[in-house]
Amino acid sequence: MTTPLLSLQGLTKAYPGVVANDQVSFDIGEGEVHALLGENGAGKSTLVKMIYGLVKPDSGSMLLRGQTFAPPEPRAARSDGIAMVFQHFSLFDALNVAENIALGMENPPAMGDLASRIREVSETYGLPLDPYRTVGDLSAGERQRVEIIRCLLQDPKLLIMDEPTSVLTPQEVDILFETLNKLRSEGTSILYISHKLEEIRTLCDHATILRLGKNVGECVPAETSARDMAEMMVGSTLQTPERSGREFGEVALDVSGLSVPSPSEFGTALRNVHMTVRKGEVLGIGGVAGNGQDELLGVLSGEISTAADAIKFNGQAIGKLGPTARRKLGVLTAPEERLGHAAAPDMSLTENALLTGSIREGLESNGFLKWNETKEFAEKIISAFDVRTPGPENAARSLSGGNLQKFVIGREVLQNPDVLVVNQPTWGVDAAAAASIRQAILDLAAKGTAVICISQDLDELMEISDSFAALNEGRLSAPRETTGLTVDEIGLMMGGAHGMEVAHV
Amino acid sequence: MIVLEKRPQPSKAWSYATPLVAVLATMVFGGLLFAILGKNPVEAIGTIFWEPLFGEFAFYYRPQLLVKGAPLVLIAIGLSLGFRAGIWNIGAEGQYIMGAIFGAGAGLAFYPMDAFFIFPIMVIAGAFGGWLWAMIPAFLKVRFGTNEILVSLMLVYVAEQFLASVSLGLLKNPEGFGFPGSRNLQSYESAHNAELIAGSGMHWGVVAAFIAVIFSYVLLNRHMLGFHIRLTGEAPRAAKFAGVNPARLILFCLGLSGALAGLAGMFEVSGPSGVVSIDFNVGYGFTAIIVAFLGRLHPVGILLAGGLMALTYIGGEIAQSQLGLPAAAIQVFQGMLLFFLLAFDLLTNYRIRAARSEVA
Repeated sequence: MTTPLLSLQGLTKAYPGVVANDQVSFDIGEGEVHALLGENGAGKSTLVKMIYGLVKPDSGSMLLRGQTFAPPEPRAARSDGIAMVFQHFSLFDALNVAENIALGMENPPAMGDLASRIREVSETYGLPLDPYRTVGDLSAGERQRVEIIRCLLQDPKLLIMDEPTSVLTPQEVDILFETLNKLRSEGTSILYISHKLEEIRTLCDHATILRLGKNVGECVPAETSARDMAEMMVGSTLQTPERSGREFGEVALDVSGLSVPSPSEFGTALRNVHMTVRKGEVLGIGGVAGNGQDELLGVLSGEISTAADAIKFNGQAIGKLGPTARRKLGVLTAPEERLGHAAAPDMSLTENALLTGSIREGLESNGFLKWNETKEFAEKIISAFDVRTPGPENAARSLSGGNLQKFVIGREVLQNPDVLVVNQPTWGVDAAAAASIRQAILDLAAKGTAVICISQDLDELMEISDSFAALNEGRLSAPRETTGLTVDEIGLMMGGAHGMEVAHV
Repeated sequence: MIVLEKRPQPSKAWSYATPLVAVLATMVFGGLLFAILGKNPVEAIGTIFWEPLFGEFAFYYRPQLLVKGAPLVLIAIGLSLGFRAGIWNIGAEGQYIMGAIFGAGAGLAFYPMDAFFIFPIMVIAGAFGGWLWAMIPAFLKVRFGTNEILVSLMLVYVAEQFLASVSLGLLKNPEGFGFPGSRNLQSYESAHNAELIAGSGMHWGVVAAFIAVIFSYVLLNRHMLGFHIRLTGEAPRAAKFAGVNPARLILFCLGLSGALAGLAGMFEVSGPSGVVSIDFNVGYGFTAIIVAFLGRLHPVGILLAGGLMALTYIGGEIAQSQLGLPAAAIQVFQGMLLFFLLAFDLLTNYRIRAARSEVA
């Protein structure tokens, strides 16, 4: 047997109160695409941070081609041939591609030489990218290419990719996979972190599955079903949301000719958005992040005011109403950003329950607060949505992402909305919690609520929505029935690959 | 090596303990400072903290505590509401001056008439003066997005010029032999904010300060507006999502803090000071910022902090006269208090942990 490229032996890292990695061992072979699979909080990030020299293990060791490998800092890891593409990019919007890449280099060459090397690498690996474009103008997919090319310029032996496809359209994913396959054929090993099972099955040679910091199994993804892998990840049987054949009522929310200028410099303007949602219908809105999702939620919640009759609720023009007035009517929203937008991090869950619940739950009278009722409401959310916390007096920031998300969604669902708008309802939430959130949304729709679900997770949208539309640069495609939509059609609705613009209707 | 580690949620124990620890640290390092200046540190600290309360002349100093503490508390309560919401009124000193001018002006307009309604009118005029002065930065911020810190601070200097002008002109005592300054309100009975119980130091300003503490406590803990104030400070985006109108909140917070500062000025000019003069203001408006933070922006905390601050003022004066400590040393001592408070405040949200030294 040949020596593996990187061998991890009993890596352990504990943080106060939690063991992030417990005796994790596995090997990554030369020229292998190795998947690291696990739910949020399973310890994937900690593990790759140890490999990349950002975190030092408490015990255990690593061998790189048989030599002891203990990088004290990322620079050392890089010089040993480890490169990493992070989930969140660290790029300066105001600089161009070549300048951004030069910033990350130890000894950057002259700008002209660098630009030609960037062109060279981008052509070799099928990643079209103009070194002189300003990063602020690039799509998420293109920004990722900048990060990948930055890594490839170092000629890495091992490329670590942290959830690379979460920001890409299906067509962009295909391009990325071609690049990764090419790298593999040249002998570069790739450690691929994801929780999207289907793409791991198409791409990866081996998979290591982490659960609660432990290595709970390995498999060859091509020979294992996605369901089996998911169950190894979660440790229990999964339940997929059920939905019965539904009938829709009258139109609850009618958006027509909605145009809103971008609220900030790097935001997206909404352009002539049309959509209707009927009672009991779930409208899924897909699209790559940053194409107007936040702005659409802001307009629907009332945080951004617009022309009065651009938004109608049961025939009533509500475009000028603020969040409080809309809640009174029954239009509720749950924003994507949990900490700081949907919830105040340092406030207790009770106070956060008050944040949106005060009107519909009758938690105030003449402006005076009813803390006992508010606490009961918070407790109701906690028990109905299985929020794991010692009690409602704990600060929102002490909850894990998934638990806080359950709280935020539960807070709106329990107020019996007539229209519910959610943005990324299961982002960063583990599979079991995601399933229960989706089920709650479907149950609500079954009771006659009109639901708009904005998400970047296409599988989720296909699973729960009755009709589908996509946001692309602030424009919304015409909604279509979900049944019978193909991935290619969705991709085109989302705006296609590599900046190729679809003709605007 | 020592590392700071963020606590999952703020420590209750530390949020109460930090003011005490800060006071202790100030005593230790202040003592050190006094020792370097060649004074007996124990005696100096003792003079500052003991003498005003239990010393030989405590009967004189104790009422002074109320007189000095009341304006600090009254102003700090108003400021704390804004600070909670992230609205920084740094110009309470100017609002204090304007309150005094408006209040005294309203009273003197009736001179020498004798009527029960004069003092209430002065109270309203004083609050209005402070409110008006605070509405300038509020309006500019809401309308043009200016920075309220700068505008409110600059307006302090404008108010000081205005004070000098009226002391020499509009409000100058016609029977004052040409000296600057207004008539003494202490000798105009209808306008005099006299002690409610003679020799206690208790005047209407002290009553107002206590009412403000209770009002602020109820507002913050029991009322939607107070909740929105806290929410805006903690998470502005979440506040907007909750339906808070930021512009209205700015107008309310700046307006209220201005009105309270104006009240403080009015009670001062009609009571302990008596006279609108060029050097009427002594920095209560700025010291109140320290009081607000020393009291952790909490109404009860501010009440205690106001008392403590008044104590260091009076004790500091005693130490100056009895031990010959320089005034600057007392000011450093007071500054230390805020410094240590902010430093130890870190422990509410972070814990200190000794990290294993790691070999690179």
